[in-house]
Amino acid sequence: MLGEFIQYLFSGLTNGAIYALVGLGFALIYNASHVINFAQGEFVMLGGMNTVFLMAAGLPMPVAIMLAVVITAVVGLALEKLAVERTKNASVVTLIIITIGAAIFIRGVAQVVFDKSFHTLPPFSGNTPINVLGATITPQTLWVLGITVVIVGALQWFFNHTLLGKAVLATSHNPLAAKLVGVNVQFILLLSFGLSAALGAIGGVLITPISPTNFEVGIMLGVKGFSAAILGGLGSGFGAIAGGLLLGLIEAYTAGYISSNYKDAMAFVVILLVLFFMPSGLFGKRGTDRV
Amino acid sequence: MMRAFLTPRFAGMLALAVIIALLPALLQNNFQYDIAIRVAFNATVVIGLNLLIGYTGQISLGHAGFLGLGAYFSAITVTNFGWPPLVALIVAALIVGTLAFVVARPILRLKGHYLAMATLGLGIIIAIILNQESWLTGGPDGMSVAPFSIGGYELYTQKQWYWVAGAILLFATWLSLNIIDSPVGRALRAVHGSEVAAEVVGVDTTRFKVLVFVISAVFASVVGSLHAHYVMFLSPIDAGFFHSVELVIMVVLGGMASTFGAIVGAAILTSLPQVLTFLEDYEHMIFGLIMMLVMIFLPKGIVPSLQGLLKREAK
Repeated sequence: MLGEFIQYLFSGLTNGAIYALVGLGFALIYNASHVINFAQGEFVMLGGMNTVFLMAAGLPMPVAIMLAVVITAVVGLALEKLAVERTKNASVVTLIIITIGAAIFIRGVAQVVFDKSFHTLPPFSGNTPINVLGATITPQTLWVLGITVVIVGALQWFFNHTLLGKAVLATSHNPLAAKLVGVNVQFILLLSFGLSAALGAIGGVLITPISPTNFEVGIMLGVKGFSAAILGGLGSGFGAIAGGLLLGLIEAYTAGYISSNYKDAMAFVVILLVLFFMPSGLFGKRGTDRV
Repeated sequence: MMRAFLTPRFAGMLALAVIIALLPALLQNNFQYDIAIRVAFNATVVIGLNLLIGYTGQISLGHAGFLGLGAYFSAITVTNFGWPPLVALIVAALIVGTLAFVVARPILRLKGHYLAMATLGLGIIIAIILNQESWLTGGPDGMSVAPFSIGGYELYTQKQWYWVAGAILLFATWLSLNIIDSPVGRALRAVHGSEVAAEVVGVDTTRFKVLVFVISAVFASVVGSLHAHYVMFLSPIDAGFFHSVELVIMVVLGGMASTFGAIVGAAILTSLPQVLTFLEDYEHMIFGLIMMLVMIFLPKGIVPSLQGLLKREAK
């Protein structure tokens, strides 16, 4: 009984950590621009697929991973520079449609440059399962959780202890005021896209040894990451992490105890219920309307 | 008398009717008829959705769910239980309308991206149920659907369907233009401008938002039913998240708050993939690229942006 419970806990936290990383990406870009970047899931796909194909080209795994993250970050920067920045006075809805177009474009490129089949990566450190209180856990699970914790810690430090990080926070609170005190808002927007893409790519690299990737996996991961960001409260980094983990746990326990067919549906039912009672998510700012 | 006919509303309706009437002269084969029918169906849904997104400023990423519910209700009752298709279509629309009415109040309290999330969740839940309850819906393999018949007369050929789809589109356009020009339409635009301000001057914003949500869901349900009979096949993909997103793209691409923009958006987005099929593997890449370019250079959508250009030229 306990073994089962722990088993579901770890599988939920593992998927939840990936949702959290994607959700953090959504939150970063939202804070800088109020845009929901629907190409966020494609960054996750690019991280995994790039690593797979760079390794197939003969590169050692660590090099392939680093290169994959860098390539994805460059794609994120390009999306901002070539598309989002070009639109002058476009409404937020228009910008969102542009990111959907970008997502379709990236998927289209991936299906040509890579292929349409599923791929997987070898686990980072073998496959010998570890026994924890009657549950068997693969080492990759610990990698996912460990690296997610490190990233969250690094982001925390970046936002609270570096000038650049503080500039990002300032921009998210009030772009005009930030501009007036000398923050290069344009650059912050660019940085947010690059950082979000890198976060997504890392998530993709971490999860590919556990669940295989192909050019289309980004769609569902994007939806899940968006759900995580909304559930936690849009724009809150802590909220995105909590939302992602919660989402992963709901899915794992629904699959384990109720029905694996309805694990995704249950996640959305919970989100709807939460929103009915807390219209700004779990940790979102209570908004007031300006007339 | 002449003047009444020359209002933009009437001129537009007339132009649309003429296009629908004359288009068959240009259509050479069943494949082209098929595209025209799909354009008309999609345009009808998008006109309804445009009332919600373009005029009321409320987004929905779940309308394919309503479309799917209507379609599956018709398909199951007609194919498995022998209901008359027209009765099934109307009952389906009533059920979907009621469902939309029930969920509208809690959902439309949400704003912006939270509303997008809630409608997205609702649509996905519907799609998952349709996918999983395969004893009733055939599951992911889909189900075949009986043809549409009224009093023993069966709608079968593409040409017959073309006139049905054209008539539905014309009716939806007429309804939409009238709603927009009525006190309801002015209230809707007030809600879009500022909900608080609208409330202050006495507009019951919730009532209007709910009304439009229900209308757009019913549009989707009716088209869902007809489309299922037309294609004679139905799969959960029709009710899926991506179809919902496609519908929203049609609204924004054609131009928000423009009924004719909705038709243009539907026409382009429905026929473009057909045109691009010769590119095979490059199809999606080019499709995404075109979407981005259109939105970058015509950020208000095709019809309003071009109208703006024409006006500037005229000056």
